[in-house]
Amino acid sequence: MSDTRELYQLVILDHNRSPRNFRAMDGADRVAEGYNPMCGDQLKVWVRFDGDRIADVSFHGSGCAISKASASLMTTAVVGKTREEAKALFEGFHRMLTTEGDTGAGLPSKLAVFAGVREFPMRVKCATLSWHALKSTLENPAS
Amino acid sequence: MTGAAAVASAFDVARIRREFPVLRTRVQGRPLAYLDNGATSQKPLAVVEAEGDFALLESANVHRGVHTLSFRATERFDQVRHDVASFLGAASPSEIVFTSGTTAAINQVAQGFARPMLTAGDEILVTEMEHHSNLVPWQMVARAAGARLRAIPVTERGELDLGALDRVLTARTRIVAVAHVSNVLGTLNPVRQLAEAAHAVGATVVVDGAQAVPHLPVDVRALGADFYAASAHKMYGPTGVGFLYGRADLLERMVPTQGGGGMIQRVTLEECTFAPVPQRFEAGTPPIAQVVGLGAAIRWMQSLDGDAVVAHESDLVTYAAGQLASVRGVRLIGAPVHRVGVVSFVMDPVHPHDIGTVLDAHGVAVRAGHHCAQPLMDRFRVPATVRASFAVYNTRAEVDALVAGLADVQRIFG
Repeated sequence: MSDTRELYQLVILDHNRSPRNFRAMDGADRVAEGYNPMCGDQLKVWVRFDGDRIADVSFHGSGCAISKASASLMTTAVVGKTREEAKALFEGFHRMLTTEGDTGAGLPSKLAVFAGVREFPMRVKCATLSWHALKSTLENPAS
Repeated sequence: MTGAAAVASAFDVARIRREFPVLRTRVQGRPLAYLDNGATSQKPLAVVEAEGDFALLESANVHRGVHTLSFRATERFDQVRHDVASFLGAASPSEIVFTSGTTAAINQVAQGFARPMLTAGDEILVTEMEHHSNLVPWQMVARAAGARLRAIPVTERGELDLGALDRVLTARTRIVAVAHVSNVLGTLNPVRQLAEAAHAVGATVVVDGAQAVPHLPVDVRALGADFYAASAHKMYGPTGVGFLYGRADLLERMVPTQGGGGMIQRVTLEECTFAPVPQRFEAGTPPIAQVVGLGAAIRWMQSLDGDAVVAHESDLVTYAAGQLASVRGVRLIGAPVHRVGVVSFVMDPVHPHDIGTVLDAHGVAVRAGHHCAQPLMDRFRVPATVRASFAVYNTRAEVDALVAGLADVQRIFG
């Protein structure tokens, strides 16, 4: 039985209510959009680099508590990271949500709160929406 | 007790529910309250058995065998065409085309009827509350023909703004495409009135009946519908099959959009002549077992007391709207005077998906999202809504389960 309390952890509820780095960014090096046509969730992610490091990252848009909190926590987790470090976080986060038994060991604890999402397969896309947008800002050459 | 409630209590819902095994299952440890009938209804035993019996005992292709099974299959198949014709009040079974569903039916009309007749500057009139399936095909055809797409606006009550009709319905209007019942708001649209206005300017009326046929007796001729499309799976029937009614003279003018077996009279290497209407619109092997299931669904619906069904569903939707409106933080979207089968709401600032997930944990199945009606979401300035949609087997207790689930939403997000 999937308990919604496992899904809606306090940290998630907090970041939904008061999302961090929830703003458009002037002077961003990259911006990418995450859009889920199935549900209409739409988030933009802005990134400013300092060399190879993420100097600033922000997001804005509309979405459910899971997508919004996930984007918020993502920004706090990846700021200051190199591209490779941020990609590794993406991979670890994605694995945790899609692999049975993966509890997110090795991920920052604030990202591990999303482990419960795995029990709600239809919500996995919500949790990864902003991460996929971030990933595209890391992979494509800066414009 | 109100009149409607009195009828509803006399209506034997428990007996009907026994014909739907899924309604006895538990979801997340709770009794299932299936309130997502606008997406697809559950199927009664009679439908699944008819489909299954055909597949197990009578499978054969139609219109193309001399053997006994093929003959029987053809008879069964053709009988359902009669059943659909009488279900819709069509003048003749040859006015019924089997399709894969409402979407395919509307696309056939858009590409096969409208596209060849439209010229640059012609207009297609839709409404702001259309499902994407009665909007996107018209956008596609308008783009291809250089035609202009216009829309009847929707009022805050969630009704068509007929005051704007004079402005949007013009001498250039060739097609008027409208939902009989809105899949988001439940609004019963004044199709007859629109059809009169449309016919006065020489336009053809295409009605999306997907959300109407499960709930209302439909008479396409009384409505003035030139084309009328619906899906079996929203009216207790199988997925993968639907039907298009088209007035005989209009079907004669429509061209097939798919060629192949079954739709021809004679073929040479260079050319072919088409089969008569309606076979010319049914290329390839049709979903035969599903058509048989559709026939069983129609018979099943006709076995119910139609007036009692309407009264029961009207009681449910009125009760639901009243109960939901009394929940703190809930805002109903639209308040149409004539509402059929559907209630949509939001509960700011909680996102509908989160509401849907919490309700699911209560065993309550609703749809959360834009319901394939993004322009209507824009109109009401919401990204999405929660939609509860009803069928004949639903009960007030299931509405209560929905309301109880919303209390939990408040507790989690409040």
